Amino acid sequence: MPERPANERSKDFGEVNLGLTKEQAIAEAKRCLQCKNPSCVAGCPVGINIPGFIGAIANGDNNTALAILKEKNNLPAVCGRVCPQEYQCEKACILKQQNIPIAIGWLERYASDHGETSVQSPESGLRSPVSGLSVAVVGSGPAGLTAAGDLAKMGYAVTVYESLHAAGGVLRYGIPEFRLPSAVLDAQLQSLESLGVKIILNHLIGRTKTVPELFGEGYKAIFVGTGAGLPKFLNVPGENLNNVYSANEFLVRVNLMRAWQFPAYDTPVFIGGKVAVVGGGNTAMDAARVALRLGAKEVRLVYRRSRSEMPAREEEIQHAHEEGIHFEVLANPTRFIGNDAGFVKSLECIKMSLAEPDASGRRKPVEIAGSNFTIDIDMAIIAIGLSPNPVLPYLTKGLETMPDGHLKIDDNFMTAIPGVFAGGDIVGGDTVIRAMGMGKKAAQEIDNYLKTHS
Amino acid sequence: MNKIIFKQRLSENVVRIDVIAPVIATRAMAGQFVVLRVNDTGERIPLTIYSATETPGAIALIFQEVGATTKMLGALNAGDFIADIVGPLGRPATIASYDTVIVIGGGVGIAEALPVASALRKAGNRVIGITGARTKGLVILEAEMKAACDEVFVTTDDGTYGKKGFVTEQLQELLAKKISVGMIYAVGPVAMMRSVANLTKSYGIKTLVSLNPIMLDGTGMCGVCRCTIEGKTKFACVDGPEFDAHQVDWSELIARQSSFKTKEKESLERFHR
Repeated sequence: MPERPANERSKDFGEVNLGLTKEQAIAEAKRCLQCKNPSCVAGCPVGINIPGFIGAIANGDNNTALAILKEKNNLPAVCGRVCPQEYQCEKACILKQQNIPIAIGWLERYASDHGETSVQSPESGLRSPVSGLSVAVVGSGPAGLTAAGDLAKMGYAVTVYESLHAAGGVLRYGIPEFRLPSAVLDAQLQSLESLGVKIILNHLIGRTKTVPELFGEGYKAIFVGTGAGLPKFLNVPGENLNNVYSANEFLVRVNLMRAWQFPAYDTPVFIGGKVAVVGGGNTAMDAARVALRLGAKEVRLVYRRSRSEMPAREEEIQHAHEEGIHFEVLANPTRFIGNDAGFVKSLECIKMSLAEPDASGRRKPVEIAGSNFTIDIDMAIIAIGLSPNPVLPYLTKGLETMPDGHLKIDDNFMTAIPGVFAGGDIVGGDTVIRAMGMGKKAAQEIDNYLKTHS
Repeated sequence: MNKIIFKQRLSENVVRIDVIAPVIATRAMAGQFVVLRVNDTGERIPLTIYSATETPGAIALIFQEVGATTKMLGALNAGDFIADIVGPLGRPATIASYDTVIVIGGGVGIAEALPVASALRKAGNRVIGITGARTKGLVILEAEMKAACDEVFVTTDDGTYGKKGFVTEQLQELLAKKISVGMIYAVGPVAMMRSVANLTKSYGIKTLVSLNPIMLDGTGMCGVCRCTIEGKTKFACVDGPEFDAHQVDWSELIARQSSFKTKEKESLERFHR
């Protein structure tokens, strides 16, 4: 994959990957064995006809390739950029056994970027409008947008309610411009709207309108995709010092509010000189690489396990490393230390070693007593994970949650409230594509439900 | 886009605007707020809802012009539009029957205290109001407070209007008279709320305050508005903004409010150019 050189790209927010050239794409597509029983399809959370779209690229027919992608995936330009293909389709590819799996993700991106969006395939599954049946979707992130698109294709009148002033959820506020350009997201949203999906912004369901009120307005079913928007903090001393951010706050300022263009855009963000990012997932990588691009001289990723345990996408870890981000592995924060004005000035950590695996299946990190050390910082970003946003269940009687805050759903994605379904991070997903997979299945279940309940 | 249908300057730096927001207008409750953006490059700021009218479906916001965004907002007029507004946010003020309550508003906090005073009166309480401003020219909403409360004490720091002194001095005088007070609600500058809290703690009177940390989304997803209440982290935008005044870590709140002082100064200088 052609990439911009690390020392150039780490100074701006332009996209890092440049996309395959036509020659590269066709050559790679021709490598696909077109297996009779393709193992890759089962590895895809939305069941894309992978040999199908790759075969079309091999024939030089990008329009058909895109149309095939869109049969199962409403946001292929997004997935082609952010899916962890190395754990999914590419891992299942038969050629993986020889260590040369087909670059399915790069091909997906190629087809999305070059295919003509208006072409629909005969398998697109468009049904004529089912009169009088409307469905509300709460949250315009990947789960909600996918459910909305599929329900619209099934003929339902769909309205998506978004609490922020721009749609996309984590695609908008979480993933930085240099991984997923907002222009690409806007184009994907437009193609959803052309399916008839209505998106209403600035509506926090639970406060602006309630779930019972939505039913009162005539919606026959509701899909909740409100996401994992509750930041996790370390709960160590000094965490509330100035310039200690949750990753959500940092990324919302930069990605959604475009603080990297301050003062042309009014939202500020502190430009740290020495930044510590705590965590090892995609959010931590995003936060570290954004801090670098804002002008940090030194960015350190502090992670309590080792590099091989990092859950981030391999490509992001590699790009972060190339761009000069230091990896302080097997280290965990013990406290933040501030100056007299209440701003953070250093971070004390303790070294860790890895013991037997814990509940997550990964080796458990254990403190090495007395190994504390301090690093000078002027900014910290806590990216240790997210919990489900508690606002909607708190405000909605009967919307039961698990002890960890995830919404309780049955095997049909239905919550404890009849007619209210849920998917994505709010029920325990953890990637864009898993959210989309759930949105897809939930749409199917809503369709089944409405056939028997309206 | 939301249209401004009314604009009024209440004092040198306090402005009222009424904005079309039909859905918010039908359900706003005392103590709740909105988050708005003036334009597409603007930042998101929280403003307390002063009042709402179902016809024509508008909410009134009263705010102080402090930095670039509030000054930009204060420069708009009826007929202009703001880009985005979301609400009503936050938990509504706790309105219960206490018998006698004291509602204290300092500076622009008078506008935030007023709807709560009205709601408490409606719930059957005898409401004593105390308002504080630096000087006569900054006294706002006096008639409205007198209409909402059973009794109002107006104070100014420099004595140019009403009684000379801080709201806490007036409060101290009242409490020394041993009147039976069930609850005290205070909203205004952080230093004022802290002073009220310190005073009422010694009297053991339940005191509620409306905190004003920096906010970003206002929906509980970023944590910038985190405060320490009774040793635990709470988000003012979804757990508050009202909290038990005796449980607030005031010095942390004050410190965190100055997080962006440098950038705020830069924005303000740019606005004035």
